[in-house]
Amino acid sequence: MIRASALATAGLGAIFCVASVSASAAGESPKRGGTLTYMIPADAPPSFDGHRETTYATMHAAAPFYSVLIRVDPDNPSSTTDFVCDLCIGMPKPTDEGKTYTFKIRQGVKFHDGTPLTAADVAASWQEIVHPPDGVSSARESYFIMVDKVEATDPTTVVFRLKFATNAFLPALADPFAWIYKKEILDKDPHWYEKNIMGSGPFKFAGYEIGQSIKGVRNPDYYHAGQPYLDGFIGIFAAKQAVRVDAIRADRAAMEFRGLPPSARDELVRELGDKITVQASDWNCGNLVTPNHKKKPFDDVRVRRALALAIDSWHGAPALAKIATVHTVAGIVFPGSPLAASKQELEPLAGFWPDIGKSRDEARRLLKEAGAEGLKFELLNRNVDQPYKYVGTWLIDEWSKVGLQVTQRVLPTGPFFDALRHGTFDVTVDFNCQGVVNPLMDIGKFLPHSVYEENYGGYDDQKEIDLYQALLHETDTSKQRAMIRAFEKYVLDTQTHMIMTPWWYRIVPARSYVRGWKVSPSHYVNQDLANVWLEK
Amino acid sequence: MYRYIAQRVLLAIPTLAGAAALVFVLMRLIPGDVCVVRLGSSGGNVDARVIAACHAELGLDRPVILQFLDFVWNFSRLDFGISMWSGKPVAEEIATRLPISLEIAVMATVFAILIAIPLGTISALKQNSWIDHVVRTVAIAGIATPSFWLGIVSILAVLEISNAFFGAPWMPPIDYVPFWEDPLRNLSMAILPALTVGYRYAAVSMRMTRSAMLEVLREDYIRTARSKGLLERLVINRHALKNALLPVVTLIGIEFAFLIGGLVVTEQVFNLNGVGRLFVLAVQNQDYTLTQALVMLTVAIFVFTNLAVDLLYGWLDPRIRFG
Repeated sequence: MIRASALATAGLGAIFCVASVSASAAGESPKRGGTLTYMIPADAPPSFDGHRETTYATMHAAAPFYSVLIRVDPDNPSSTTDFVCDLCIGMPKPTDEGKTYTFKIRQGVKFHDGTPLTAADVAASWQEIVHPPDGVSSARESYFIMVDKVEATDPTTVVFRLKFATNAFLPALADPFAWIYKKEILDKDPHWYEKNIMGSGPFKFAGYEIGQSIKGVRNPDYYHAGQPYLDGFIGIFAAKQAVRVDAIRADRAAMEFRGLPPSARDELVRELGDKITVQASDWNCGNLVTPNHKKKPFDDVRVRRALALAIDSWHGAPALAKIATVHTVAGIVFPGSPLAASKQELEPLAGFWPDIGKSRDEARRLLKEAGAEGLKFELLNRNVDQPYKYVGTWLIDEWSKVGLQVTQRVLPTGPFFDALRHGTFDVTVDFNCQGVVNPLMDIGKFLPHSVYEENYGGYDDQKEIDLYQALLHETDTSKQRAMIRAFEKYVLDTQTHMIMTPWWYRIVPARSYVRGWKVSPSHYVNQDLANVWLEK
Repeated sequence: MYRYIAQRVLLAIPTLAGAAALVFVLMRLIPGDVCVVRLGSSGGNVDARVIAACHAELGLDRPVILQFLDFVWNFSRLDFGISMWSGKPVAEEIATRLPISLEIAVMATVFAILIAIPLGTISALKQNSWIDHVVRTVAIAGIATPSFWLGIVSILAVLEISNAFFGAPWMPPIDYVPFWEDPLRNLSMAILPALTVGYRYAAVSMRMTRSAMLEVLREDYIRTARSKGLLERLVINRHALKNALLPVVTLIGIEFAFLIGGLVVTEQVFNLNGVGRLFVLAVQNQDYTLTQALVMLTVAIFVFTNLAVDLLYGWLDPRIRFG
């Protein structure tokens, strides 16, 4: 749920509130049985390997089949700090000055083929994620730069030894893609899980129709007592939003987990009344305006600052929130995190000045000083409606108010990333979409390409890297908060390497009979469906 | 006759070979790389070693000429290879999608024939009457209305009407079930797309039937048949319609072949997991093997549909002899 502070930051008074959450909060006892049918907004997952993929198409299709070591509390997924065991028994206290974490693994857990799951399987899976063998891709390898070794010291113990103590470790460990695979299979073929499914999660794989649907049935041997409540699930792939909305409307599907835009929410609520409930949350995703520092005049910090100063997010966000999946104005840290900037902390930074008239005067002055008055340039955008095109169009209008003449070039996903990788753009609407809220890792996106490969700004900045390294190694949260403010000011104001736009907003309408599932700040989190049940 | 069929089948071989060469070259001219799309479609940079391993796994590190020879050799043995995107056999990928595309194509064709031929004939017989005007209006509307738009509107109409009458919105199922497993569910899923596609198809065929009939009805042999006192029903059915159907059959053949792989947008609107949607995905994902197989399938369908149409000519017009 949206936190009060985030709401105040956005200056918005109204959000959709949530009947279903209040129902489960009221302590209803879950009912067993039934099949949940939900929509997956994709044509098909590129593969079923969570270690390799970063897409929700893989997550929403295959998460119910797998276990993880630790996870965000499924009963409190909106928390950014509440982590609980899945396969372990008891969250460990770190030893060795915060550099060693020892996890005891549940006994009696079985893979769906009936073989026992041991610490060796957990260690092998994590080993593949942290240090993938040659020819194997691990999408989140960079999140584990602090990990030195993962070892199974006995059949029920897994030890993570870190190179340095950091607060970023536990949230990274709760990565929902870090599925536990069978060691024997990984040893034979590390690519096996790309095309096959075999886990130890709440549901057993029951079938996959390529590009059509995926089915799971209840795992009777599941280790969390009483769960899962459902007899099974069917995930139906549908890339077109209209199909998904119509399907929910006609009850061909109960929901989709990724999120729908405000217009779809309003349509469903209008049509279905109390038969639909809506959960909403700030989303740990946002569009970032990235000027290409290798192109003139964007190598000039005055021009980059002018781009930021021209944007009025405080007034833009409430208007955009009515039509697009964006909502809250915030800095580089997810607005629900304790490390996020308050409104007062943001206001001195370029792009957040409360007096937009003064801000735009300064933008004009800087452009004139840099010899870039009436600058014409192209904004590269991705061919995705929500919220890319809405944000892009809004930005162009904002920039026109300081005399900038901007055109938008919209490319499909493949060519869009190709242009980013090759630096063939002036300014782009890039994005930063993360899973579990882990501010220290999530802000890696702002680091130069030499450190963070998915930064396409084309700059190098040792001072920024030094600030980040100090931040990453600091374990005192109050000191960390001050350091993150310094980093934020440096990135957004002093150098204006990137420009924030309002954070995304996740709106999940569901048929009212779906209970137990709670929205989180990420569409990757809390997707194993173990606690979902049906009131019908 | 059999010799003619054998000749036509043999002639299909160079056609297929030409198409194979063309699609092989064209796919490799499109900028991009299936491995980069597969491993980095979410924006991440992928390790060059992983890309190289992917190329090696898919055989893309080999000289292009060897890749082509492999493709031709495997294709000649009806081995379509493995999809570069999903890793599943291409034959399996296509076989999963073909039934629904085929079903829609057959249903749309039946619908089009049942509508187009009687209405086109009546329209010609009642030229410039109010019936003719109505039929022509319906036909022109069908040609002018995009099928996908009609699909969207028809789904919305079904939702609204069911809501108004039964108090709850209803729409056809969106997950495919084979006909032999659940005929009712299968038909309720397929009927709406078949009708929306079939409407345009019927409209085009209706126009063709009408104009062909008008032409035939002015022929001397029709006047002769009537002057001999033959029943009007026999004149129309035996002499006029049969002759007028030659261009209509050609059109129906071409449309049918097109429907197998051409329902790209309609399949998206109705969430049909058909060949058209697969085609788009294959190109989008730079899946060479799958795209090549789909193009070859489409070419083969066109070739054999044309052959079937030619054979039908002989039955419609006994003057046509094969040899």
